[in-house]
Amino acid sequence: MNHAANTETVNATENSFESAKDPVKESSQEITMVEAVNLAMAYEMRMDENVVILGEDVGTNGGVFRATDGLKAEFGLRRVMDTPLAETLIAGITVGMASQGLRPIAEIQFMGFIFATMEHIICHAARLRNRTRGRLSCPMVLRAPFGGGIHAPEHHSESTEAIFAHTAGLRVVVPSSPVRAYGLLLAAIRDPDPVIFLEPKRIYRISKQTIEDNGEALPLDVCFTLREGQDITLISWGAMILETLQAANQLTESGHSVEVIDVATISPLDIDTILSSVKKTGRCVIIHEAAKNCGVGAEISAQISERALLSLQAPIKRVTGYDTIMPYFRNEKYYMPSTKDIVKAAMETLHYE
Amino acid sequence: MSNEGRNPELRAQFDINYYQFLDNQGTLKNSLPTYLEDDKLQVALYRQMVLTRLLDAKCIALQRTGKMGTYPSTLGQEAVGVGIGYAMTKQDVFAPYYRDMATQLIRGVKIKDILLCWGGDERGNQSEQTPFDLPCCVPIATQVTHAAGIASAIKIRHEKHAVVSTLGDGATSRGDFAESINLAGAWQLPLVVVINNNQWAISVPREVQTAAQTLAQKGIAGEVRCEQVDGCDVLAVYDAVKRALAHAYEGKGPTLIEAITYRLCDHTTADDATRYSPSDGLKKGWEKEPIKRYRSFLHSKKLWDEHKETALFEQCEQQINTAVQEYLDTEPQPPEAMFDYLYEELPRSLKEQRQQLIDKTREAQP
Ligand SMILES: Cc1ncc(C[n+]2csc(CCOP(=O)(O)OP(=O)(O)O)c2C)c(N)n1
Ligand SMILES: [Mg+2]
Repeated sequence: MNHAANTETVNATENSFESAKDPVKESSQEITMVEAVNLAMAYEMRMDENVVILGEDVGTNGGVFRATDGLKAEFGLRRVMDTPLAETLIAGITVGMASQGLRPIAEIQFMGFIFATMEHIICHAARLRNRTRGRLSCPMVLRAPFGGGIHAPEHHSESTEAIFAHTAGLRVVVPSSPVRAYGLLLAAIRDPDPVIFLEPKRIYRISKQTIEDNGEALPLDVCFTLREGQDITLISWGAMILETLQAANQLTESGHSVEVIDVATISPLDIDTILSSVKKTGRCVIIHEAAKNCGVGAEISAQISERALLSLQAPIKRVTGYDTIMPYFRNEKYYMPSTKDIVKAAMETLHYE
Repeated sequence: MSNEGRNPELRAQFDINYYQFLDNQGTLKNSLPTYLEDDKLQVALYRQMVLTRLLDAKCIALQRTGKMGTYPSTLGQEAVGVGIGYAMTKQDVFAPYYRDMATQLIRGVKIKDILLCWGGDERGNQSEQTPFDLPCCVPIATQVTHAAGIASAIKIRHEKHAVVSTLGDGATSRGDFAESINLAGAWQLPLVVVINNNQWAISVPREVQTAAQTLAQKGIAGEVRCEQVDGCDVLAVYDAVKRALAHAYEGKGPTLIEAITYRLCDHTTADDATRYSPSDGLKKGWEKEPIKRYRSFLHSKKLWDEHKETALFEQCEQQINTAVQEYLDTEPQPPEAMFDYLYEELPRSLKEQRQQLIDKTREAQP
């Protein structure tokens, strides 16, 4: 993906973001991120009969977050399947279906229960193409809501995307808005290789955007530059984009020109967009909810150090979760990076001599 | 191709027995073994079921008013938890799932601790009263594998007690369950596994989980003794677990018990069962519920009356309200507590992060 194409997409996204400027079109609607997920799956199921959905409670109940609401009613039992309660099984049959050319979308109810899928994802989904030298492939999507901040019970709040990012042969995609959820999920379903699609549930319903249900995908493997600036680059993904944009607003008010990058596909990483931004600003802060140790921020930081060290005017900073177990929800707010933390790190970076 | 004319030999044949003492009306269908003819025990079982139900209602009220987090109700399933709790001895080990408040209370876990757990505070699992029991387990069926490990430890050390683990009907679809049952048979472990078959795994009905006629028969493949009981009959549950434990103590191996109940509530406070559950199921479920029939039974035996009922409710309400107040008065842990139980000793690299968090918290205070 060349840089020019990337910028074009960004503009398209930004336009839909500021929908108020456009006359509202017939098929466009104001929807939340979880509705956008639903819309993308429905669109692709209408277009491609190979697309099927499976998981726990995805049928009549429409998923515990309602991401598959109404899909069983429209597409029937054969294409929207409530599986037995068994994540290993869900991942395994998804690999099998995909190997035969179906395009299964499997839902894991919460990312905390994704670990039982790992053998199939790492030992098979990620490798089927490589192992058979291209004879078989695995065009599947594994969706899971993830992240903290909704006062959920244990195992319902972690951000463990780095575990998948560490595995070759997978794509790991995290949307951060209704528009990007719609476009990226369509791309993920159409992608010929396995995609781990992680949905930050804290922002499932936090805001609405106007989406035109036209089946237009957004590109995978590219970062989205949400805001252009000259003084500092803030890099994040998923729910933390919310705090990152808030921080960018505050920094702008105090006279700084801030560039904000939504990584979106955290593996494989679009380092080009990040490098050209950091080369321009010379300063950067990476923000993620996941633990710092071996987080995706470490990889981004290492690549910047390897390839743009001499452009840096300040050390790279990371604002992340702590290297602890996510506390039960009474104290989870202390774990999550805040807007204040981001502003503070950015100010230190901006004022570094 | 049919198998006609092939004359196979019969190699194995199986039966699944269903046990029940009390019918839906609380009439005794089968005579009780002498050890169950114990007035004190019979009344205690009732009192505990009532306490469980009242606490359950309180938990839901706390969640609805923002004072607690998501909570899985035990409504309609009290007899399973109470039967198990009373059948176990102090030395036995309990490996629960998340819908096991009833048994945990009998094991000695304080009401306040249960509230802390669902109120988002790890200290609810600290419970000194149950030194070897495992805490409430959220990843479905994983606790059964741990229970098999505990049973192995008991066997390795030539100890005489046993382990009880519980899980839901949906959970029997997971490999963790099947693998544990297989091991329990192969190693003849002192393990009792009780399935609370409440007919639903969130929105997925029991028939969608498996084509098997009973869940109990899932023990057969591993040569594990297995049976079904009426999970709304506290005497039947108590008796089944008691027999299973005796079997285990004698070194005769594991038992799988399927207790038939009905979930008379949403899956959790985060669920809305009206989306998927037909109301006639709920109506039938209420006809079988465990407390009413058991009260009739006690009435017929002259062990219970309205007077005692009123007194019990008052006593339970008081006990619950005191615990709720204690819970609400419990200050949250300091933020840095998230570092304090990661390792026996905090590694140097983490000490720095811990200090950063303390400094940050201090700065935030005016
Ligand atoms: C491994 C895992 N997958 C999914 C979940 C989410 N989940 C919580 S409860 C539940 C249904 C469990 O049903 P069942 O085993 O019948 O027990 P019940 O809650 O009905 O008592 C699911 C899918 C989980 N906690 N753990
Ligand atoms: Mg169930």
